Amino acid sequence: MRKVLLPALIIIGASLLIIRVFYLQIIDDSFKLKSENNAIKIKYDYPERGYIYDRNGVLLVANQPSYDIMVIPRELNNTDTLEFCKLLNITKDDFIKKIEKAKVYSPRLPSVFLAQLNKNEFAAFQEKIRKFEGFYFQKRSLRDYEVDYGANIFGFITQANEKLIEKNHYYKSGDLIGKQGVEESYEKILRGIKGVKYFQKDKFNREIGSYKEGKYDTIAVQGEDINLTIDAEIQKYGEQLMINKRGGIVAIEPKTGEILALVTAPSYDPGILVGRQRSKNYTKLYHDSIAKPLYDRGLLAEYPPGSPFKIMTGLVGLQEEVIDEQTTFVCNHGFSYARGRFQGCHCGIFGPRSLNVGIYKSCNAYFSNVYLKTIAKYKKPAYSVDVWSNHVKSFGLGQFMGYDLPTGKKGNIPTSKTYKKIYPNGGWRGTTIISNAIGQGEVLMTPIQLANMMSAVANEGYYYTPHIIKKIKGEKIDAKFTTKHVTTIDKKYFPPMIQGLFDVYNHGTAYALKVEGIDICGKTGTAENFAKIDGVRTKMQDHSIFVAFAPKDNPKIAIAVLVENGGYGATIAGPIASLMIEKYLRKKITRTDLETRVLNISLQGRYAKLGGLSEEVKKQLRIQDSITNSKIKAAKKLDSLKTKKQ
Amino acid sequence: MKNQSLSSNIDWICIIIYIALVFLGWLNIYSSSLSSTEGTYEKQAVFIALSVPLIFILLYIDGKFYEKYASIIFVISLLSLVGLFAFGKTIAGQRCWYAIGSFTLQPSEFAKAATALALAKYLSDTQINLKEINRQVQALAIVFLPVMLILPQPDPGSAMIYSIFIIVLFREGLPAWYVWTGFITILLFVLTLVLEPQYVILIALLVIVLVHYKSRIADRNILMSAILFTIISGFVLSVNYVFTNIFKQHHRDRFNILLGKEVDMKGIGYNTNQSEIAIGSGGWFGKGFLEGTQTKGGFVPEQHTDYIFTTVGEEWGFIGSLVVIGLFTGLFLRIIYLAERQKTKFSRVYGYCVAGILFTHFFVNIAMVVGVFPTIGVPLPFFSYGGSGLWGFTILLFIFIKMDANKVNEW
Repeated sequence: MRKVLLPALIIIGASLLIIRVFYLQIIDDSFKLKSENNAIKIKYDYPERGYIYDRNGVLLVANQPSYDIMVIPRELNNTDTLEFCKLLNITKDDFIKKIEKAKVYSPRLPSVFLAQLNKNEFAAFQEKIRKFEGFYFQKRSLRDYEVDYGANIFGFITQANEKLIEKNHYYKSGDLIGKQGVEESYEKILRGIKGVKYFQKDKFNREIGSYKEGKYDTIAVQGEDINLTIDAEIQKYGEQLMINKRGGIVAIEPKTGEILALVTAPSYDPGILVGRQRSKNYTKLYHDSIAKPLYDRGLLAEYPPGSPFKIMTGLVGLQEEVIDEQTTFVCNHGFSYARGRFQGCHCGIFGPRSLNVGIYKSCNAYFSNVYLKTIAKYKKPAYSVDVWSNHVKSFGLGQFMGYDLPTGKKGNIPTSKTYKKIYPNGGWRGTTIISNAIGQGEVLMTPIQLANMMSAVANEGYYYTPHIIKKIKGEKIDAKFTTKHVTTIDKKYFPPMIQGLFDVYNHGTAYALKVEGIDICGKTGTAENFAKIDGVRTKMQDHSIFVAFAPKDNPKIAIAVLVENGGYGATIAGPIASLMIEKYLRKKITRTDLETRVLNISLQGRYAKLGGLSEEVKKQLRIQDSITNSKIKAAKKLDSLKTKKQ
Repeated sequence: MKNQSLSSNIDWICIIIYIALVFLGWLNIYSSSLSSTEGTYEKQAVFIALSVPLIFILLYIDGKFYEKYASIIFVISLLSLVGLFAFGKTIAGQRCWYAIGSFTLQPSEFAKAATALALAKYLSDTQINLKEINRQVQALAIVFLPVMLILPQPDPGSAMIYSIFIIVLFREGLPAWYVWTGFITILLFVLTLVLEPQYVILIALLVIVLVHYKSRIADRNILMSAILFTIISGFVLSVNYVFTNIFKQHHRDRFNILLGKEVDMKGIGYNTNQSEIAIGSGGWFGKGFLEGTQTKGGFVPEQHTDYIFTTVGEEWGFIGSLVVIGLFTGLFLRIIYLAERQKTKFSRVYGYCVAGILFTHFFVNIAMVVGVFPTIGVPLPFFSYGGSGLWGFTILLFIFIKMDANKVNEW
């Protein structure tokens, strides 16, 4: 027994150690990670982002070098503080404070002393940097915007957040990533692939050589340049026209689905989100919850489309053969669709009228009748609504369109299911949902959907998914953008509708907006809207809407314009649409008076009522607003005088 | 018979394991010292080279020599320890080196062998019976003399090694209650640190009451049980008192780390944490020779000395650790096997001492490195950097190998 004790102790002791070592090395794998954090330093080589050009090769977004001045406090040696501060234009207090801060972080490791200096700021310092021991610089590449517009299209560059880093292992803390716009949707193409170099660290965090002779190192891959479908000229022009207004403009080339302009207002100069003031400016934009400059109204704002939707009502009516070109309805300043329920009409003509007149005069009664007939075609209104809904949806409405920008809204086109929910006991009929006929009720659309609808009408029954990418160096664009989507409306039903839209400019609601020499087809729209002011639901000025395409034969541009609280479609949205069309087709503006008028319109006073501005600013805007209003009135008078003369 | 060649009858298994351990040790010192510029691995190579003539001398000296001169060797060793108080060089707060030029020697490394010899001599010289109390006192005195000299250096690590002699004495007839007392003392000590003292006392009370009522009526002795309980309670309370009031903060911290009470990985917990990271990152097969990132980065302090096993763990993985632990265990068991075969009590006791001393070093060192034992300065035999250590262990081992080789001649 006595002989056994020591051998037993030895075997038990050795086994305990083996168990412990087994636990450390095999069971608990947290040590591997800790070891990597400990001993391996990863350095990234960031490639330059690809440039962004417009459809004609105009450079919109490039890169600029920027310089961070770095300091290693322990290596400082007899710095000539006076000269140093002079070169960098900082005070001695700044200098001392920054050095102290760096020392607190680590005396041994490099800290950023001064971040994001531009070329000029850096040039003088660069020549003398050798004189200042302990200082060195680090080059970075930042976005350099060649233009002061298109912020919503480009998006911006920001640091990848924690959430994303967890999801996508490509990004590490501190990496930059494109947010919103094409920077986000074409992030992978623009950014390229960063190179990785592994270094062995020692316990002081110093590099002591490459890890495994660079076995795992990779070389950076440059980002690709891209061409957008945007036309820089009209994009810029659109943004100018929208100054002091809120809303969006979307212009599409019908033959291809290429987005020519995508304007949102208010917007901002993309350049303010680069450099030292970046985060300050971003916070400002982000917290403006009323004007929402970061919100792309062209893509996101869902509105009841109003009158432009009559185009759909008419086309479905023709396709379902509940009307033909000659069908007439009578308008008595409106339409009485149930006892005591009356829908007003402002078309101003008594007696029977045909489809053509109905369109160019935007007659509510006419299209209400068409819609009733459509819903009454089949026995069950539910079935008819679904037939109608499918026709409308074939224009890309009521669903995500699949374009290549990161944000969007579905809009809404109701189906029988919608009404089953609203009226669970049934009992709804055509008259119950009559508002749909004139683009109110349950129908919601975004400006880009409106533009796409016009595109399909211009093409007489087909459209391409709108997209913003024209060319990627060495790569074809996604096949889904070159696939034709055919609507359920036969080609033969489009010409009468197009004629009606053309007549909008000849005898109709957009008569005053005619452009000499260009045949434009268009439609005004006005959308009622409400806002909560001091907690009370208040009816606001109508949203001004206009849709158009031109020229009538062989259309080159389809456009939708929406101006929030702009009033009638013909007052603001109409002029903007016609100016945009003229600018795009002719490259110059003949009606400079109209142009000046639109440029001078400010709706800031109206928006001020919605809140978000200080009392002082509101007061200022009110004064401005009254001046603008009188100007508009004057212009209207002038227009109406002209009309009478003719 | 003295004309026999040096190599005859020596135990080659021990020699091969010895060579393997020294060689592996040097490889790992080489790897761990690349991050520093001190050239430790060259020095260690010199130490290893110098141990070759040392081995020849040890094997050449007649086995009877040690038995004859054990007392003198012991006295010289004690004097060398005493001399430290006057001439010793202080390194890192410990006065346990003699300095001759740039060369340092640590006499406590040699004192272990001397004590083993003295103990073996004492037990074999007289026909003593360890059941007698004054024999016990005398035997323990031999062990405690060097401990008393080493503790104030202060070198608690080296001093602690001597506790293994209790096991050797037990083998030679020391009553079992010594071992039990030692075992229970350690258990109570650890329990007191982990639990609150009142709980430990409660547990002790329950156990004593249980034992009291389970034992035969004739053996029941209420007084003994009461005394036992009083002693245990006193011990627990004094451990608690010593721990909180007498121990310095850094002593307490060393225990607290083990008990998982301390989380300051940058400060006091740094050593243990880094050493666990290095070993833990090795996985099954390790990162490969000279590829250990922790080793290269020099994250583990004292890696080439007390923490040399971290390099094994990181670069050679679990398999490498298993081989090293296996080699050591094999060596210990082989020595015990040889010791039991000895014809003289002297060489048997000595062999036991050798196995015990080496095992204690091995266990305490690796247990500390893998984080299950408080941080304490004990080298890993044959592995850790240092001339004194290497030669001390070489002398310890080869005296026994020589004795073992001689046993044939004692017929």
